[in-house]
Order: sequence, then C-alpha cells, then structure tokens
Amino acid sequence: MSVATAPAPSGRSPYLTAAGWRRMFRDRPIVPLVVLLAILVVLYELVRPGQVSPGWAGVIVRTAIPLAILAGCQVITMLTGGIDLSVSAVASMTGFLVATLVGDLDLGIAILIALLAAGLAGLINGIGVGVFRVHPLIMSLGMGLVVFGFTNAWQLIRVQSGGGVPTEFRWIGSAPLTFAIGGGDVNILPPIPASLLLFVPLALIILFGLRRTGYGRLLYAIGDNPIAVRLSGARSWQVLLVLYAISAFMAAIAGFLLSGGVNVASVTLADSYVLPSVAAAVIGGTSILGGRGGYGGAIVGALILTVITALLSALGFPEAVRQVLFGAIIVAVAAAYTRVTGEG
Amino acid sequence: MSAATETFDEPGVSPADAASRFVRDNAWTVGLLILLVALLAFTRFIQPTYGPPGIQGLAIAVLPLALATVGQAIVVISGGIDLSLGSIIAFITVVAATLMKAYPELSILVVLGILLLGMLVGAVNGGLIVITRVPDIVVTLAMSFVWAGAALLVLKTPGGAAADWLKELLKGYVLIEWVPRAAVLLVVIVGVIWIPLRRSRLGLSFYAIGSNQLAAFRSGVSVGRTKIASYAFLGLFAALAALSITANTGQGSPSVGQYTLQSVAAIVLGGVSLAGGRGGVFGAIVAVIILQLIRADMAFLNVNSNLATVANGVILIGVVMFGSLLQIRRERAR
Repeated sequence: MSVATAPAPSGRSPYLTAAGWRRMFRDRPIVPLVVLLAILVVLYELVRPGQVSPGWAGVIVRTAIPLAILAGCQVITMLTGGIDLSVSAVASMTGFLVATLVGDLDLGIAILIALLAAGLAGLINGIGVGVFRVHPLIMSLGMGLVVFGFTNAWQLIRVQSGGGVPTEFRWIGSAPLTFAIGGGDVNILPPIPASLLLFVPLALIILFGLRRTGYGRLLYAIGDNPIAVRLSGARSWQVLLVLYAISAFMAAIAGFLLSGGVNVASVTLADSYVLPSVAAAVIGGTSILGGRGGYGGAIVGALILTVITALLSALGFPEAVRQVLFGAIIVAVAAAYTRVTGEG
Repeated sequence: MSAATETFDEPGVSPADAASRFVRDNAWTVGLLILLVALLAFTRFIQPTYGPPGIQGLAIAVLPLALATVGQAIVVISGGIDLSLGSIIAFITVVAATLMKAYPELSILVVLGILLLGMLVGAVNGGLIVITRVPDIVVTLAMSFVWAGAALLVLKTPGGAAADWLKELLKGYVLIEWVPRAAVLLVVIVGVIWIPLRRSRLGLSFYAIGSNQLAAFRSGVSVGRTKIASYAFLGLFAALAALSITANTGQGSPSVGQYTLQSVAAIVLGGVSLAGGRGGVFGAIVAVIILQLIRADMAFLNVNSNLATVANGVILIGVVMFGSLLQIRRERAR
C-alpha cells in the first residue's frame, strides 16, 4: 500500500496529519464508516436508553441484509461504470414467483424457475449494456419495466393459486438461529438472524472475488479505463454479460429473503429498496463513475442506512420529516466523503 | 464532427439542398415524426371514431410529461441528470394547489410565485451538486427523498384547488377543433422559453459544458454557474408541469406518478445523449407524444395494461439499441 512507502516526518504516525487522514479515508473507507455507525448506535442509545441490546442488533442486521445484498448488485455494476436499476423489479418477481408456484411444484423447482427468470433478465441487461452499448441506466430501467409488467400479468393469471411464502423462506428471512439442546429448541444468545447463513458466504464470495480473482480485477479495470481493457485483449462484453446476470441472481436472493422477512409476496415488494441500495453503495465509498470502491463499505453503508431509519423513527418524526432528513443525510455523507478524499 | 465542413452556408444553395441537409442533420427527429404520423393513422384505423376529442385528451395527457421532459433534456444536454424531477413536481403541485385554495383571488400572483419557487428548487439541486462536487446522479437521488418528504409535509392526502382560469387554459381548442388548446400552450411555452434560450450565450454554454467541461472552462464558460442555471431551468419546467397537473386534476397530490423515469426514457428516445452535449428538446417532445399514443392504442385494443408496461420497456430498450447500433456502425465506417 502507498502508506508504507510514504515518509513519516519527525517519526509521527502518518495518520496524524491532515494528508494522512485523507489517505486513510481513501485507502480504508471502512474505518470512518464504522466510526459513523458506532456514533449512530450511541445516538440511538441516548434517544432510547436501554434499547440497544443483542436482540436489537439482531433486528438491525436482519433488516439490513436484503439492502446489503441489493447494494452489492450496485457495487459490482458501479465498479464498471454501470448501475442496475432493475434489481427491485427482479427481487419482487422472484419472491412472487416462488410464492405462487410453490403450491403446485416442489420448492426446489420453484426456486429454480425463479432463478432462471432472474438470470434471463440479467442476461438481457448484459447483452444491452455489453454488446449494444446501451447506457446501463436506460437498459436496466427498461428491463425493470419489462419485468414489472410481466410479474403483474402473471399475478392476474395466478390470482388465487400458489401456497404463499414457503415456510423455509419465512425461516431464513425472519427467524433467529436455534439449536436443539436436550430435546427443546433453545435460542442461542445473542439471537443471530438465520439470513446470515445465506449472507455471510455470499458476502465472502463477493469480497474475495473482487479482490483476488482476475474477473474482479477486470471489473475495476473496465470502470477505470475501458479502452485500456480493450487494447489489452480482454473482451469486456463477455465480462458485462456475466456481471449483469450475477447482479440479477443476487437480486433474486434478496427477493427470497425479503418475501420471507415480511411473509408477503407482492409485485411491489422491493420497490422502495432501489434508491437506498444505490445510496448504500455510494456511502460505502464506491464511485458511481466506476473503478473505485468495494463491497465491505457497502455492507457498513447498508447498516448505517438501517440504523438511521431506526433512529429517525425512534425520534418520533412523522414520515415526511424522516424522508427529508434521510435524503439530507445521504447528501451530507457523500459530500463529506468527496471533500475528505479530494475526489470529485 | 465530420460534418463540420459542410455546415458553411455557401451562396446559391438551392432550397432542395437545404431541405435535404435539414433532414440529414435531424434524421432522428424526422424519423420520430414519421413514426408519429404512422401511429396516428394506425389509431384512426383501429378506432374510426378517433377525432378531435381524442386529440384534445391526448394533448392534455401529454402536457405535464412533455414539460417535465423539456426540463430533463436541458439538464442532460448540460451533462447532468435529475432523478428527483418527479419529487420536485409533486412538491410544487401540492404547494400550488394549497396556495390557490388559500388565496383564490391572488391566483396570478400565486402562479408567478410558483414559477419562481420552481427555479429556486432546481437551483438548490444544482447548487448542492456544484458545492459538494458529488456526482449529479447521487445528489439528485438523495434529493428525491427530500422533495418527496417536503411534499408530504405540505399535504398528506390529495387536496387544495386550482384557479378556474388555469383550468380553462387546458380545455377545448383554438380556432379549429383539431388544434387542442393544450398543444398550443405547449408550443407557446417551449417557443417562448427554449428557442431564445438555445440561441443565447447561456444555451450555447449548456451544450459546451455537456460535451466537454474542461474545454468549456478553458474557453471562459463559468461551469458551476452554468450548471446551476441548467437545473434552475429544469425547476422552471417542473413548475410548469406541476401547474398543468394542478389545472387538469383541480387539486394537488403528493404522489403524482413516475415523471422521473418517464422523462429520462423520453429524452433518450428523443435522441438526447445521456453523455451530454447532444440533442434537442423537440425530438423528446415527439417521443412523449408517441409513448402516450401507444398507451392509448393499447387501451383501444383492450391490451392488458400490464402488457402495455412491458411494451413500454421493450420499445425503450429496442429503440435505444437500434440507435446505438447505428452509432456503432457509423464509427466502424469512419
């Protein structure tokens, strides 16, 4: 890292100078984000004394996980200079498809069909962005309309059929992990959300994939300098094709968790998540212009947004004020980030 | 552009040459116009009774989105994008309806105040982008929460009122019944604001900062101020769109519909480049009319409205793919 090569005058830690701070923010955006998260948690404890507990943390984590997965879709596409606005439509569709199919079909087959549908949407996104060079904003926007329309039409066909949200989804979306000890189910403390079973491996794959695999490196390279990527012989259209399919699969997983978490499968289930998912990625230090960022920050960003939402409702503000403050805080955090790192 | 050498006005150019040059320079808009005429003929074919009332209804339905789209086009031409446009329209609509109900006798002053408010709201967005140096898409995304929340603060449920003269402004026709008043209003508004603007120094600066910010800066354009001005004009057109919604519905509602996404879709169909610096507002307006007419046709054909949503998405993707395919082929041919 560049920190190691920089001379530290008068033997002080390089982090104690203004430039050192700036470098730390740029190299390790996760450190100030975790500090911000801690401050927010302390604020919450001040507003509602005695509320912050392992149980509360479990609820926050469980609420944040679908948002964190959708933020992952935005991170991987934003690294290439793209964006995926179809995630909400895809997530709603997969949750809804499984809930309406599961009465007649096996859960496994229903999930497979939902994943295939999501993958198809993602592939078409990838073809548009990679082969036809359509602007990702427009491509994923149009695809979102198409998916939303098909889901609605499907809803009319299957209006009274299907077995509802399967119990397996409800368990992974909302239950705490339990262990069978001595015949009875005993909650382990602190209550760990079952959705972590799905999220932790997924997050590790993304983190590892972005840092250590050639494919992950290519994503950064495409966002940083697409011409250099082409001249060095990589076929970026293939990379983008796979990328948008991966993004759709992740959205599908988020859709399963969301429908299980609220025990409702509706065609507009994930609609309110698309803007916060972009916000979480941006707060987490991923540049919307491509080439810079990572998933770790986005996970903390999703936690920060969830705690902010909890904090604003704990303060007893009406919905309108909450929305205004939410937006203002996102602008403020993004502005502070840009100011400190000196990147515009 | 390679066509730069051909744009000199040589003496003695025949009108036919000038016409063919116009068609070549505006090929996309001309294509859209042909598509629009074909669609109108098709509408007449499937619905033989489609006549002046249908056209008048179409014009009233098109007006708010067309005005919003002009605003979005100005910002995108200047190299930005505003994802809070729908929330801004919602906010201004409820303010306008509330004020007109409270002060019915001062409605002209209210309308003028609303236009100023629109410019102010837009300038706030632009100012935040310039001051914070955060990308446009992020700031306006966050501001979409702020303006939507502000709209809810003013009115929780639909309410308020619209001045009678404002309602009358949209209804009926001018001279002959095939020319709806709403369409004339649109032409007048765009003609009075956009055409002089485009020919002015400021309008040229919009195109300049959109196509190359550094080059614009080095040729003496104040990039920050121009950017704020482009967002202020978006706010002005958002206010006009909001007033037309208030006039049409007779009230204000904090949830007005998906103007943000539809306006972005329309400008892209209309030939404005999302990269900035290219395109105009007329193609975008034609695109709005085409999209609305397709929606009406699907209703005539009894197509499921959800499949109409699918069709909108497919048309959007298909046309844009076609456009970028043309672009790619042109680059290869060079």
